Amino acid sequence: MKGETVREIKIPVTRVEGHGLITIHLDGGGKVREARFHVTEARGFERFCQGRTVWEMPGITARICGICPVSHLLASAKAGDAILAVRPPRPADKLRRLMNCGQYIQSHALSFFHLASPDLLLGWDAEPGKRNVFGLAAENPQLALDGIRLRAFGQEVIAALGDRRVHPAWAVPGGVRTPLSPEARDRLAAKLPEARRIAQDALHLYEKTVPAWAEEVETFGNFPSLFMSLVTPDGLWEHHDGRLRFVDSDRKIVADGLDPSRYDEYLGEAVEGWSYLKFPYWRPRGYPEGMYRVGPLARLNCCDRIGTPLADEALGRFRKSADGKAVTSSFHYHWARLIEIVAALERVGQYLEDPEVLSPRVRAEAGVNELVGVGVHEAPRGTLLHHYEVDETGVIVKANLIVSTGHNNLAMNRTVAQIAARYLNGKKKIPEGLLNRLEGGIRAYDPCLSCSVHAAGAMPLRVVLLGPGGEVLDEVVRAP
Amino acid sequence: MIQLRIDDTPVQAEPGETILEAARRAGIRIPTLCFLESLSPRGACRLCLVEIRNWNGRLVPSCATPAQEGLDVVAHSEKLAALRRTILELLFAERNHICAFCVSSGHCELQDLATELGMDHVTFPYRFPALPLDASHPKFGLDHNRCVLCGRCVRACAEVEGAFTWGFSGRGVETLVEPDLGGPWAQSPTCTGCGKCVQACPVGALFEKGKATSEQVKRPEILAEVTERRPRA
Ligand code: SF4
Ligand code: SF4
Ligand code: FES
Ligand SMILES: [Fe+2]
Repeated sequence: MKGETVREIKIPVTRVEGHGLITIHLDGGGKVREARFHVTEARGFERFCQGRTVWEMPGITARICGICPVSHLLASAKAGDAILAVRPPRPADKLRRLMNCGQYIQSHALSFFHLASPDLLLGWDAEPGKRNVFGLAAENPQLALDGIRLRAFGQEVIAALGDRRVHPAWAVPGGVRTPLSPEARDRLAAKLPEARRIAQDALHLYEKTVPAWAEEVETFGNFPSLFMSLVTPDGLWEHHDGRLRFVDSDRKIVADGLDPSRYDEYLGEAVEGWSYLKFPYWRPRGYPEGMYRVGPLARLNCCDRIGTPLADEALGRFRKSADGKAVTSSFHYHWARLIEIVAALERVGQYLEDPEVLSPRVRAEAGVNELVGVGVHEAPRGTLLHHYEVDETGVIVKANLIVSTGHNNLAMNRTVAQIAARYLNGKKKIPEGLLNRLEGGIRAYDPCLSCSVHAAGAMPLRVVLLGPGGEVLDEVVRAP
Repeated sequence: MIQLRIDDTPVQAEPGETILEAARRAGIRIPTLCFLESLSPRGACRLCLVEIRNWNGRLVPSCATPAQEGLDVVAHSEKLAALRRTILELLFAERNHICAFCVSSGHCELQDLATELGMDHVTFPYRFPALPLDASHPKFGLDHNRCVLCGRCVRACAEVEGAFTWGFSGRGVETLVEPDLGGPWAQSPTCTGCGKCVQACPVGALFEKGKATSEQVKRPEILAEVTERRPRA
């Protein structure tokens, strides 16, 4: 990792470590020509994996990111299954899914209650000092408390299976290390009703509040694009296995039943000189027209149904809002997240009633039987892909990871441009409220910068307005 | 019986016993790493250093120094603690010990020693050597990145299994344990695949394939057990 240069990145403005940097480029007529969300640090994790064994990879990659360790753990274990050429025993598959449901609940709850709801309830023009959880707690203490409880429930599901301190790499190639204990199952089952109540309340609150934000819904990344996610062989919502599907803005299926392990046949990865994060695109449409979105919004647009009653009911209202077509505003990632919390809680309920999650038959052991393994998994933020190539002894020769935030890279830039165009409106100065909305627009995707850069948590933001010759017209910086 | 003093306590030793053995029988703990009961002592790691007051304060490895009449041994002092911590720091700095995803984390003698001796950070610059990992053997792996060159595998293989597979190649900091005249392990004509070296290894350098983070638990005591149970001529 040390001293490794990936590519030289030219940043027009002073590089600020750990800051989200947005540049807005005006054309001669003062219109927004383009806006860029820069990712200015690289992790070089792919190189770091070289020389390690496939069995170590879940443990190693779970350390890539402090925010989504579970996602990397599960994607890596799946890539390991492929190299061992084994199918994990059924209880292991259920347990991995149970853990991922816990991850959806905790991650989506964090995104909605802690990061998004201050904006949704207090507005984008509220004082910066109030647009945070503390402001939210003052305004709506019940909601803030609910958020903490729901997130804690998700974390408890994860901890009951593979607490980092107890089982640092719980998911392994071939399965998992331990089943759920009957005590943990009962403990979780007792807390499930409250979690469900909170999720439903939040969903209703969102549906009630959203008409007030019609303008933001219009401008926070509202444009046609493709959507990509895993679906089950029957076309249902899927989060850990299955096949990839692409739909367009009309929710017409563009491609279906795609073998995730052959991703490089249909996903290209473009490189831009100003960002370390690559720009994946759908090959048949080329770059950048092949822009697609992943994550909660994409999963709900792609699937035919979710497959559980409450979530399908909510999906019905979601679909109706777009007349059955795809919901194309990235603002509604928030909505999709809430629906997925409901879905994940319903699944958790099913697993807790299933005696198989207590079964000790959770691990298939095998040696190296394939030299290439691709693990594709739906992380809370979207499709996550681990691709390993090993030598005959199981040592990694090459690793390629495509993280969820990467798939959304093109769409995030489009979103930033759309918001800038709307709120700059010909001005040569960055107006009040633009910064908040840019931040809100990016936040809708809940990007995990930590997967690709070192920055984590609240995002300090720097926005630079550039004239047609690249001259700096204005600049605003905001600490987190 | 030999009479000596360790940390101002009178201790008795049988002729031929080392200072370490005498201390252990008297319930005085001295940290060790390269020493393993039933294998010949080697004096490779120097963690068991003690100070002999009546030898002008000379430092000797207690695992390899015979107990002698009248010795006045200091096994624990500020100075010795500092020396032992320095040795541990050097061991950590020498190779790539990334405990966070090591197969042995939580069951590692080097880690345990760091905890016991209060070595909580490394003051020397890390060397970050680029060392290979040999996973060619169907059952076991060898990761040079975690080897502390204690030689327990070498002695277990030679003295208990009688296969003489392992040896050292290179010199000084470049030293590597290697099967026969060099790997890969799978091609070793002498290795019997018994796994005694793996059990003897105090760290995550030798491991059973297929183990994930923290899953590797070793039983180094089996070497003493099989030696004792072995019928003698
Ligand atoms: S061998 Fe021990 S000290 Fe070294 S990385 Fe593994 S656990 Fe840590
Ligand atoms: S492989 Fe293990 S037992 Fe052998 S010298 Fe290295 S650390 Fe010691
Ligand atoms: S234990 Fe005595 S020198 Fe290593
Ligand atoms: Fe992440």
